Amino acid sequence: MSQLEALTREAAALAGGLKPHEAEVDRILQICNACRYCEGFCAVFPAMARRLEFAKADIHYLANLCHNCGACLHACQYAAPHPFAVNVPKSLAAVRLQTYTDYAWPPALGVLYKKNGLTLCLATAGALALFLLLAVARNGSLLHAPLAGNFYAVFPHNLMVLMFGAVFGFALLALGIGVAKFWRDVSPGAASVAAAEEATRATLSLKYLDGGHGEGCNETDDAFTLWRQRFHHITFYGFMLCFASTSVATLYHYLLHLPAPYALTSVPVLLGIVGGIGLLVGPAGLLWLNLRRHPEHGDASQQTMDRGFIALLFLVSATGLLLMLWRDSGTMGMLLAIHLGVVMALFATMPYGKFAHGIFRVAALLKYAIEKRQPNRLGISAD
Amino acid sequence: MLDVLVIGGGNAALCAALSAREAGASVLMLEAAPRAWRGGNSSHTRNIRCMHDAPEDVLVEAYSEEEYWQDLLKVTGGITNENLARLTIKSTATCRTWMRRHGAHFQPPLSGTLQLARTNAFFMGGGKALVNAYYRSAEKLGVQIRYEAPVDKIDMDGSRFVAAQVGTEKFAARSCVLAAGGFESNREWLRQAWGQNESGEWPADNFLIRGTRFNMGVLLKEMLALGADSVGDPAQSHCVAVDARAPLYDGGIVTRLDSVTLGIMVNCHAERFYDEGEDFWPKRYAIWGRLVAQQPTQIAYSIIDANSVGRFMPAVFPGAKADSLPELARLLGLDEKKLMATVANFNAACHVGKFDHTVQDDCYTVGITPAKTHWARPIANPPFYGYALRPGITFTYLGLKVDETAAVHFAGKRSANCFVAGEMMAGNVLGKGYTAGVGMAIGTAFGRIAGTQAAAFAGIERVAA
Repeated sequence: MSQLEALTREAAALAGGLKPHEAEVDRILQICNACRYCEGFCAVFPAMARRLEFAKADIHYLANLCHNCGACLHACQYAAPHPFAVNVPKSLAAVRLQTYTDYAWPPALGVLYKKNGLTLCLATAGALALFLLLAVARNGSLLHAPLAGNFYAVFPHNLMVLMFGAVFGFALLALGIGVAKFWRDVSPGAASVAAAEEATRATLSLKYLDGGHGEGCNETDDAFTLWRQRFHHITFYGFMLCFASTSVATLYHYLLHLPAPYALTSVPVLLGIVGGIGLLVGPAGLLWLNLRRHPEHGDASQQTMDRGFIALLFLVSATGLLLMLWRDSGTMGMLLAIHLGVVMALFATMPYGKFAHGIFRVAALLKYAIEKRQPNRLGISAD
Repeated sequence: MLDVLVIGGGNAALCAALSAREAGASVLMLEAAPRAWRGGNSSHTRNIRCMHDAPEDVLVEAYSEEEYWQDLLKVTGGITNENLARLTIKSTATCRTWMRRHGAHFQPPLSGTLQLARTNAFFMGGGKALVNAYYRSAEKLGVQIRYEAPVDKIDMDGSRFVAAQVGTEKFAARSCVLAAGGFESNREWLRQAWGQNESGEWPADNFLIRGTRFNMGVLLKEMLALGADSVGDPAQSHCVAVDARAPLYDGGIVTRLDSVTLGIMVNCHAERFYDEGEDFWPKRYAIWGRLVAQQPTQIAYSIIDANSVGRFMPAVFPGAKADSLPELARLLGLDEKKLMATVANFNAACHVGKFDHTVQDDCYTVGITPAKTHWARPIANPPFYGYALRPGITFTYLGLKVDETAAVHFAGKRSANCFVAGEMMAGNVLGKGYTAGVGMAIGTAFGRIAGTQAAAFAGIERVAA
């Protein structure tokens, strides 16, 4: 492409109100839309093929539909060193960060994404300090006589419910408002049961990390592997089991009036142990893959956010499992404070970190499932 | 000593290397391009034409050997070899199983290519994904691969291959497979082949190369100089009309422009020169390269109005867009009055019936030359769009003559240990014309044959030694 061409397109993109990362996606998708070789890999390309032009909302929708598997980069006849320099996963990843930032609520906190490493560190350190100080203030020391796993002797139940309820509630509210705004902008119409089912299946099975042929996605090179899909499953379902453990415990507490501690063989503890192990193995695997990932996959500037989130998940389960192991000892108070600090940091940064990817991706998948059931407005005849 | 030397790095070379290795030979591949550009024109392909007697995975209905042969006969105008053509066709019935074993994935046709659902199996991700899979498989099987190794000389002992040279480095082998492509990237050769026109222009100077820059024809020229028998017209190449703004090399699929049948085509004098509605675009796109090459300054402009937007595959570059025809003429650098007159003439001649781009409809012109025989609608609804087009060379037809063992021939006698596959011999089957997926069918069939034959000969030699 000549320099003049590039300038013309840039000017046109700016006139359309596109920011630089969005303009780059627009440039690339014009090329992809004339090629379409990658249609079999994932949902991004069939969704692209329903359009002739890419407005801001389309670009953000497609960006969040992309799972960053890398297949289309290695298959691309127009990837660098070709002068077109097409890199779909990288350009879409850059826009995703902008989605999270632009749709953050309250809007002023969107900047936290840009400095996500710092945000995570400060949140973690702050939350840790808070709980450690609180423990010392309440009990006079971090060490104590064994309490037989009675957490409430260190932090009263109501205090924990209040603190975590408030932070978790805020996280849900902020993410909810953000994704609702995103949903309004991509205006997909109403979801049928079939569309909702398809989106749910695609989410729970991570369909678009299978490469379109079932052999998986790319990591270090053009070979396919299922390990990212597997480790992500282990992480996600580990997280959900931990969540289930907490939910069951809540039911025990309020419904059955059975306060903690629970026996090792109880449902909440078993769920927590299995989930916690998953949340150790999954993030460790994802981090291992992340460190080996081809430098042209995704947006290198987001590595801190990705790895920070992975590390935090790992710490949540590591501290949780340690707490479980030593809950009968005199260090239980300290371990509890550390665990609660890490969990608090996770909750507090949820609306301003990598966690958001899941929410926006599910929204994009649902839009795709709805849209593909609508008639195609384009009447492109056979080429 | 090395058993089999494969010269080239595209589909045919890879099929040869994989087949030779499977047959137990030690194999070295010499690819002229650096790793990032490996695969030659195969990286730009997207499907392979396959015969099948019943629906098979991604292929619908049936496509018999006979129908395939008739299609080939039609596009080549009979410039083919029935024996070799049928050999190719038959091999496509089973080749996908072998391809899958080496990592190939297939998918149903891409959007906008439904007319190929019955005849062509599409590579998931296109030709580069296929080439990547083959290279992975080759590495896994222990094929040695050298990039940036352009062969510039062949040592022969009569009709017997001895060694290939890359600069000062010599590669001797018991047998050899030549699969290094045609000469379409060699601009000087194209210039000579196309010659000078009556106005003193060298048309080929304005050509774009749709594929790799590495098909310089060095090996082809070397073999012809060594006395190998040739096939195919040296002055012919597959030539389509592509976006004039395409890069000089590797524009590939996206630079094609499918708007031609929907509007009018004019040359740099703003005059029409051929029936734009003669037939469906897939059946006619290949003649437009030559038509444009025959126009002054080798450029032409596809002009459409708002009625055609969204009816053809999106163009890679946005067209010139204007609210009036004079403005469009100015943007395209055409004479305003002449373009106005050409369009007015055309519009007045349009007999509009029921427009339907999916059939040969009853919209045609009356009383103008050249006529537009289908899809003729007045160009009157702004905005107007214009796309400049130039000839784009896909491949050349000149190659080496072979028999069913893919052996190179010298004065009608087959070489015992020198074989050829892919574009370097495709002219045996495809002497003229083209139809989607045939190049890959020939490359795959003869690549596998050449690899197997080369390994067999090397095996006998090895035992003898």
